[in-house]
Amino acid sequence: MMIAKKSIKFVAILALVFTSFNAFAGGGETPSKGGQINTPESIKGYIKHHLADSHDFTLYSYTNDAGERKHVGFPLPVIVWTSKGLKTFMSSAFHHNDDGHVVVEKGGVKFAKIHSKIYELEADAEHVSFDETHHATNAHRVLDFSITKSVFGMLFAGLLMFLGFGSLAKGYKKGAIPTGVGRVLEPLVLYVRDEIARPNIGEKKYKKFMPYLLTVFFFIWILNLLGLTPIGFNVTGQIAVTVCLALFTAVIYLTNGSKDFWAHTLWMPGVPVVLRPILAVIELVGFVLIKPFSLLVRLFANITAGHFVVMSLIALMIVLKKDFGPVASTGMSFVLATFIMVIEVLVAFLQAFIFTMLSALFIGMAVEEHEHDHAHH
Amino acid sequence: MTGTLNLIGAGLIVIGGGIGLGQIGGKAMEGIARQPEAAGKIQTAMIIIGALLEGLAFGALILGR
Repeated sequence: MMIAKKSIKFVAILALVFTSFNAFAGGGETPSKGGQINTPESIKGYIKHHLADSHDFTLYSYTNDAGERKHVGFPLPVIVWTSKGLKTFMSSAFHHNDDGHVVVEKGGVKFAKIHSKIYELEADAEHVSFDETHHATNAHRVLDFSITKSVFGMLFAGLLMFLGFGSLAKGYKKGAIPTGVGRVLEPLVLYVRDEIARPNIGEKKYKKFMPYLLTVFFFIWILNLLGLTPIGFNVTGQIAVTVCLALFTAVIYLTNGSKDFWAHTLWMPGVPVVLRPILAVIELVGFVLIKPFSLLVRLFANITAGHFVVMSLIALMIVLKKDFGPVASTGMSFVLATFIMVIEVLVAFLQAFIFTMLSALFIGMAVEEHEHDHAHH
Repeated sequence: MTGTLNLIGAGLIVIGGGIGLGQIGGKAMEGIARQPEAAGKIQTAMIIIGALLEGLAFGALILGR
């Protein structure tokens, strides 16, 4: 009886997952703006549009019988710092225009949106004019603090984590065994502690870094998984996000470096004195630049490549329709996209694990204390 | 025929990464086959080295784009 119940739940979850794949496939097929997406160039444009951040939250869009583009979704607030101070308005004011033709006037400042970036028009300009390389000549970028799609995604992930871990923490007041969501979260927290933090940082000091490691692990994992849903977030594939995460790690291990760590980095004992300055430069560049850079590039490139491959495979059904007919091309792209999607679920976890693991490893290198210098390899 | 040398570079990067990942995976399998009780440790180490290699390859791909 118990097993039957469980298997029904399992099948239900499986069905949910697969319908979401379907919905995602459907999302890939819809044109972004204007006409149908059926050429390799327009598909490339659509994928680029998906990978970039956006000021609108569009779930899907379609062309109705009258030939108008309809977008289903909701607008997000635009918060910009202009030459005349802070201005806020909803992104719906642009009417989904992305090439600068819709000019919005708010508080004496004119705005246009070009390729998902907000531009401020010069005081005397009425329309955006472009030079031959498609750069705006009479508009300039503004400081953009908008709640964009990615910011919305991060806030959403933060809310999920707050609710989940809040209930887990509250559960411990009632007893040692968590209930509800906590049952799923507790093993994951223990996994991060026992498999990532303890072996890499060391028994004595790991506790201090647990909050950061847990936060970064679940933040990346949740956002990676959200990126695979039909909602279409691409937060961990934004280089700004990964740069910030890598900077957090770098600042943490540089500010917590032990005396031994700095001694070994700047004046390596046990090697000829001539070599020590050279080693110091190499070690410093490694810790300050190369290690954070490899962290940020790995996450960014993995997630971007994953989204790119999934969307390209979905686009196969449109590209190959002429040669193979609709059924064969759709079937092929469905099978391939499903296969890659399953791999992406694994990659979503793996990248969160790797980022946390390497953060812990670097922190462990920095906080390590040696009994005496001869013990060092 | 037209194109950029970047694509050849990308191909070389992928070949290098493939050789590296093959070596790591193959050796890890050998290690696990010899000492099945150490499988967990070997797997973790394998994933870390794989990630380091991947970071290098992706860095090259992005810088060379």
